[in-house]
Amino acid sequence: MEPTSLAFRERATRALADPVLSTALARLETGWQAARARAAADLPEFEALRDAAVAIRDHALAHLDFYLEAFERRFTERGGVVHWARDAAEARAIVLELCRAARARTVTKSKSMVAEEIGLNAFLEAHGLRVIETDLGEYIVQLAGEVPSHLVGPAVHMTRERIAELFAKAHGGPPKQDSAALVAEARRVLRQRYLEADVGITGANFLIAETGSIVTVTNEGNAELTQGLPKLHIAITGIEKVVPTVEDAFVLLRLLARSATGQEFSAYTTFLTGPKRPDERDGPEAMHLVLLDNGRTRMLGGPMRAMLRCIRCGACMNHCPVYLAAGGHAYGWVYPGPMGSVLTPHFVGIEKSWPLPNASTFCGRCEEVCPVRIPLPGLMRLWREEAHRRGLAPPAARFGLALWAFFARRPPLYRFATRIAVALLGAFGRRRGRFARLPFARGWTESRDFPAPEGSTFTAQWRARRGTGR
Amino acid sequence: MADSPRVALFVTCLVDLFRPSVGWAAVELLEKAGCRVEVPEPQICCGQPAFNSGDRRTTEELARQTIPALEPYDFVVAPSGSCAGMLRRHFPELFDDDPAWKARARAVADKSWELVSFLVDVRGMSEPPGGFAGRVTYHDSCSGLRELGIKAQPRALLRAISELELVEMEGCEVCCGFGGTFCVKYPEISTKMVEDKARRAEATGAELLLAGDLGCLMNIAGRLARRNSTLAVRHVAEVLAGRLETPPIGVGRVG
Repeated sequence: MEPTSLAFRERATRALADPVLSTALARLETGWQAARARAAADLPEFEALRDAAVAIRDHALAHLDFYLEAFERRFTERGGVVHWARDAAEARAIVLELCRAARARTVTKSKSMVAEEIGLNAFLEAHGLRVIETDLGEYIVQLAGEVPSHLVGPAVHMTRERIAELFAKAHGGPPKQDSAALVAEARRVLRQRYLEADVGITGANFLIAETGSIVTVTNEGNAELTQGLPKLHIAITGIEKVVPTVEDAFVLLRLLARSATGQEFSAYTTFLTGPKRPDERDGPEAMHLVLLDNGRTRMLGGPMRAMLRCIRCGACMNHCPVYLAAGGHAYGWVYPGPMGSVLTPHFVGIEKSWPLPNASTFCGRCEEVCPVRIPLPGLMRLWREEAHRRGLAPPAARFGLALWAFFARRPPLYRFATRIAVALLGAFGRRRGRFARLPFARGWTESRDFPAPEGSTFTAQWRARRGTGR
Repeated sequence: MADSPRVALFVTCLVDLFRPSVGWAAVELLEKAGCRVEVPEPQICCGQPAFNSGDRRTTEELARQTIPALEPYDFVVAPSGSCAGMLRRHFPELFDDDPAWKARARAVADKSWELVSFLVDVRGMSEPPGGFAGRVTYHDSCSGLRELGIKAQPRALLRAISELELVEMEGCEVCCGFGGTFCVKYPEISTKMVEDKARRAEATGAELLLAGDLGCLMNIAGRLARRNSTLAVRHVAEVLAGRLETPPIGVGRVG
C-alpha cells in the first residue's frame, strides 16, 4: 500500500468536515475511553501489571534471538514449520508459495495488522486467490474496498446505515437496520466461507517460547474457525511478538483487553500448539508460521526499541485528541494514531511520512494509557529530529524557527527587538485587547482571535522597578 | 534557606512578552510565601519551540545559555507547567553525551518547579492572598498534569478562596489543542480541539476559566472571543495573588 501520509493535513481537514465520521469517532471517546478507565480502576494491580509487562517485553527484546530460536525449536517439535521473512516481499512470496503448494483457491483470513503491513490481500488476489476477511470489521472494510481505520475496530469509522447498504449490495435483500440482524447475516455468510476455504491465515498476538504456542485473541471466534477448519493454517506475525513463558503471555493478555476495549478478557483466547495430531479430530493438517522482520531488527538496534514492546491494543489512538479529530485514514498507511506516527516512518521512510510525528500536541495521553508504557511523544520527537536533520519541514516553518533561534541566542538583541514588537502590538491591540487578523499568524487567526500583549515586557518592567538581576 | 530561599523567577517567554501581570502575580505569591525573588539574565526561553520542532542543536545552545543564570539560586520557579517540565524533565536528557553539562542540567532540574506546585508542595501555602467571588473552572494543562503531576495543588488553593466556586468541566484533562507550533501547523485539528474545550468550559456556567500555562490560555481565550463568549480567561496566579486590575486575556482596556 502506497503511503499517503504526506497529505495528512488535507485528509484530516476533510475528515473534520464529515459529520458521520465525527459521530463515529466521538463514540470511541465516550465508549472505549470510559471502558478502559473502568477496567483499570476495577483492577487494583493494574499499574503493577503494566510494570511487569514492560519488564517482560524488554527482557524478551533484549534476548530476542534466544527466544525466537527457542520458539522455533518447540514449534518445530510440535509439527509446525517456521519461515523467516526479511521483508514484505519475501513474506508475501512465502504465503503465496504455501497456498499454491496446497492448490488453494479460497483463503479465509482473520485479523492481522502484519498482513496489512505487507499488503497480503491485494497480492494474493492479484495471483488468483479469493481472500475473505472473517473479522466482522475487516469483512465490512473489505466489502467497502477500504482499509482498516483502527487497530482493534477496523470499521469504527462507519455507521450502521453504511454497513447495511454494503451488506445489501453484497448479499442481496433489503438493507437491515438492526445490528443483531446485520451480525446474524455476516455470520451466516461467513460460516459458508469457512467451510469452503482451503487455507486459513491468521495473525498472532503472542508467541510463547517455552511451549512453541501461537496465541490469538478475538471477540468473534473467527480466528479459531479460520485456522481450525481448512487443511492448512498459515500464521503471520512480526518477530517482536515472542515472550518467554505462558505466564508472561497471561500478564500481557490481562492488559490487552482492558486497554483495548475495557473487557477483562477477550471473548476468545486460543493457544495453538502445532497442527492436528494423529489422535485428534480437529485442527489443520499443517501449520506454518511466517516471522517477519521488515525493519524490526533495525528498530531493535536503534533508539526506538521501546516501540517493539507494542501489543497493538489501540489505547493510544482511543485517547489521542488528534486521532479522534482526524480519524485513522488520515494517517495514510496501515498503522494509525500515535503508535502509527512512530511506526509508519520506520516502514515507509520519514521523507514519506514526516507530517505524522508532527501531528501531536505532545499532550502525553497516549503514553499515560499505553499498557507497556511506550514513551510515544519522546519517540515522535526523535522522528522530528530526523525530519529536521533532513530539512523535510516546509520552508516557512524552517525559516520561522531559524529566525526565532537567531534572536533567542542573542539575548540583548532579543530584548531590544521584542520590546519594540510588543510595544507596537500592544499599542494597536490596546483597545480591543485582541486581533481578529494578523498577517504572520493566519493559521491562528483563521479560527481564533489573537490576544494582544499588554505593551511592555516583564523583564523591562522588572529592571525599571527592581533593578536587580544580572 | 528554609526561612527565605533565593528564588529565580523563570518568567517564560510568553509571560514576558504578552502578559507581564502574570509575572508580577508570581512575584507577589512567591514573596508572600517567604521567598526572595530575583529575575536573573539571560533567560529568554526554555527552548521548547526548538525542542519540539526537532532542532536539538538550538535547544542545547539555549539550555547552555540559560543554565548558568539559574545555578546560583535555591529554587527556579516558572509560572508554566510546560516550561517547568522542560527544565525539570528534559534539560538533563539533552546532555546524555556530555557528563559535565548533564550534571549541571540535573542540578538545575532538581530545583526547578512550576509556580503553584512550588507554593503548595514546597512552601506549604494553604491560603492564597488573593480572592475572587464567582464561579470558576480550571483547565489542566498537559505538561503540568502529566510531566509534573499538577492536579490537586491549584484546586486546593482555589477552594481556599471563600467566595470562589470551582466547577469542573467535562474533559478538564484533555488537551486544548495549543501544542506550541502545533496550533499553526495543524490549525484545523487544533481548532476542533479548542472548540471542544471552549464548549465544555462554557457548559459549566463559569464566568472565569483558569489554567497555569499562558499558551493554552491564549488559545482558549482566542477561541472563546471568536465565539463571542462571555467566559473570561486568566492565569491562575492572577486570581491566587488577587491581581485582577489587568483585563482578562484578550479583553481590551476601556479608555
